[in-house]
Amino acid sequence: MSDLSTVARRAVEAATGAGASDAEAYVSREAGRTVRVHGGEVESLTAATQTGVGIRAWSGHRVGYAYGTDLSDSGVAAIAARAAEAAAVADEDEFASPPQPSEVEALAGLSDPSIAEWETPRAVDLALTVERTALESDPRLVGVEVAVYADSGEHVAIASSTGVAGEYESSSCYAYLQALAEGDGARETGLGFGLARGPRGLDPEAIGAEAAERALAMIGAGKPASRSCPVVLDETVAASFAGLIGGGLGAKAVQRGRSPFAGRLEEVVASEAFALHDDGRDPQGPASGPFDAEGVPRRRTALIEGGRLRSYLYDTYSANREGVSSTGSAARQGYRSLPSVAPSNLVVAPGTLSLEQLLAEAGEGVYVTDVAGLHSGVNPVTGVFSVGASGRIIRDGALAEPVREFTIAGELVAMLGAVSAAGAEPRWVPFGGSVSTPPLLVAEMAISGS
Amino acid sequence: MSGPLDQAVAERALRRALANGGRFAEVFAERRRGQTLAIDEGRIESVQSGAEEGAGVRVVDGNTTYFAHVDGLDPADVERAADEAAAALRAERTEPRPLQVREATPLPIERQPEDVPAERKAELLRELDERARAKGGEIAQLNASYGEARREVTIANSDGLFTGDDRTRVRIGVQAVARRDATVETGAETLGAHRGFELLEDEPGQIAEQAAAKALTLLDAVPAPSGSMPVVVGGGFGGVLFHEMTGHGLEADHIQKGASVYVGKLGDRVAEPLLNAYDDGRLPGEWGSDAIDDEGQPTQKTQVIEDGRLTSYLYDRLTAERDGVASTGNGRRESFRDLPIPRMTNTYIAPGDATPEAMIAEVERGFYAVSFGGGQVDPATGDFVFGVSEGYLIENGRVTSPCRGATLIGNCLDALAAIDAVGDDFFMKTGICGKGGQKVPVGTGQGHVRVRAMTVGGTER
Repeated sequence: MSDLSTVARRAVEAATGAGASDAEAYVSREAGRTVRVHGGEVESLTAATQTGVGIRAWSGHRVGYAYGTDLSDSGVAAIAARAAEAAAVADEDEFASPPQPSEVEALAGLSDPSIAEWETPRAVDLALTVERTALESDPRLVGVEVAVYADSGEHVAIASSTGVAGEYESSSCYAYLQALAEGDGARETGLGFGLARGPRGLDPEAIGAEAAERALAMIGAGKPASRSCPVVLDETVAASFAGLIGGGLGAKAVQRGRSPFAGRLEEVVASEAFALHDDGRDPQGPASGPFDAEGVPRRRTALIEGGRLRSYLYDTYSANREGVSSTGSAARQGYRSLPSVAPSNLVVAPGTLSLEQLLAEAGEGVYVTDVAGLHSGVNPVTGVFSVGASGRIIRDGALAEPVREFTIAGELVAMLGAVSAAGAEPRWVPFGGSVSTPPLLVAEMAISGS
Repeated sequence: MSGPLDQAVAERALRRALANGGRFAEVFAERRRGQTLAIDEGRIESVQSGAEEGAGVRVVDGNTTYFAHVDGLDPADVERAADEAAAALRAERTEPRPLQVREATPLPIERQPEDVPAERKAELLRELDERARAKGGEIAQLNASYGEARREVTIANSDGLFTGDDRTRVRIGVQAVARRDATVETGAETLGAHRGFELLEDEPGQIAEQAAAKALTLLDAVPAPSGSMPVVVGGGFGGVLFHEMTGHGLEADHIQKGASVYVGKLGDRVAEPLLNAYDDGRLPGEWGSDAIDDEGQPTQKTQVIEDGRLTSYLYDRLTAERDGVASTGNGRRESFRDLPIPRMTNTYIAPGDATPEAMIAEVERGFYAVSFGGGQVDPATGDFVFGVSEGYLIENGRVTSPCRGATLIGNCLDALAAIDAVGDDFFMKTGICGKGGQKVPVGTGQGHVRVRAMTVGGTER
């Protein structure tokens, strides 16, 4: 048993010792580095370590939470006491009870040794290569605002008074850049990114080239005319929407009437072309792990299949409310947050069409490659959205001139109903959570421009 | 000076940070404590408290910053951060100047929220719940949250600066959901300040009523219009318009990388002469105020637009150094785990002399955006977008139907130049601003402002 598991067990004992009827402790230790480069030079190099514990204490059916960074015996005891005190302030909730232990199957391949093997100068080279590839791609590519490489390894342990006990290690890394292109008297930006479990899984040239292509493609962009037309969402945009949909499928929002999917189980909520599942054990999935944020095994949950809503996502609390089982969908942002329902890896099923075929199918429309203002332009309760967008006009079934400064608007469930085809090539995207999706063709969407 | 870090420990850490060279080193030590709780479905839940402490050490050599952060403030922890920051350097040791205490006066806190029993905070949330539900049976859901945070910081650097600050912020937020048959609408409102619990001793229930009223109003909403039209933006959080379309573009890091539409525009006319705007980190009690920034520089009032001309960018230490100017006290970081970067504090358009009524009366057909859910900008292209949380049609000089699903979209320079009236009804609101993965509290403010033409992106066919 590792030192983290020992801390977790000690924290549980301290909380029950402080009067909690049950307790759970989540301990994590993370070490990582970030390299930011600009103009062929290292702008900053960060070495980070973070260790902390979050303790959930039950007092009957009341729950409280406390977290902290002091893992000494006295430090943990103080955090445990605060968790027990917090529980006394909460109101009684009959469904609030600690998760019960269940068999957890190990999940291999979550850690990539190349993170430890790559010395920092090699990581710096990777970031510089990302930047250089973009800069050397075209004379109109005038700069890179920032190119970043970051990696981290995390060790998580959980223990509870009901017998939950587990730990695992995982690693992740990513690189991205924002390229600046100039032409027609204006500056355009383009994002390129890649993610993997370790640096050997990244292709720095491809990342740099993607940003350059995206920025260059936007040169000369104008405003499209307002209209309703077919829209093709590229993988990054489709992922942002999938993330919003995944959020609306969390049982907490559903049970509290704050989701456009509330009360629609087994109803038709999408076209047959759109299928979605959550898989917390997907070998490729950045968010994969053997168990969720409260120790419940991760699994695969079909969400939308054959156009129908098949399931919501549950953590222990929301499952208790409906007398069903948790889908292993408790998540937290590290030890600082209470577990809450959220998707793990969302996977949109690929279809059969290449991007060219999707564009041909669209005929006349807009290819959307970027959206902005998702946090303010989407109402997660009603599903009504209007967000800023940029991309390319689709004319005669092929990409034409770039467009920007327009909005796409609609309602999430109606949009899913209008998905008429999914592309054949999915991609993992870190927007909207952790999402794998191909590009999607939506038969009709409202565009507001000039 | 009291604070999370001893002067002797800071001195040793700075010396170790410069062991392999570097022209500047800094230790930022922080103790953070906070409590949050919520009410949902009439029940107090999510009661949580946190206590963290740690230090971030940076060493600057040439154009490169080496940074390391650790949890814990034992001398050994801080020295480990210093050693890690220095590890990648290969030059000769440099010597820090002896530390000299520079006292800063933290913003006054009358009633430290840590000393208020949690039960009192729970009562407050119950009151918000009742006040909102009293607005009528169509209020179907109500959730409200309370949050307090205290940050005690010590900043020491190799120039000999030894200073600190003690910051306490309190904020409540309410979201109401209204339902009539199949129509569902939401309304949200917040109240926050760099103050203690005294902020909430004076009628906090109002914001619950305001959130409920917004949601109820929207039950009668029509789909928002589409197209270019005059837009009148409401006071307070309407200031997020200026925050996004100008404030971000004035942050010196964007300027120096050529990633802002305001590059080379200092001294230029960018707006009508009626426009004056500021970033002011010293406004008493405001959400975005601090005594010093996160590099120890005293905060200040910086005029960024004077009579329509661009007068200043916003600087932290390193960007100021690069431009050969003084920092404007805008070096901020979310916590000891982050590097400081140029950030806004409280940004606002100064009050003008128009009245909101007169401004609206002059619009034949337009849009009235009372408040936003938030906004986003790409400073490099100047493209921005705002989600409208409460908006109405303006028809023949009158405010008529409420609208749902509106977004405003445009380009910074065009929209800023198109502001043709500024109202006299100034007030400030709170926001949380994200940049480079760091979230910091910012104030936004203005009176009503009218933009000659802006694109409204709605769903109306």
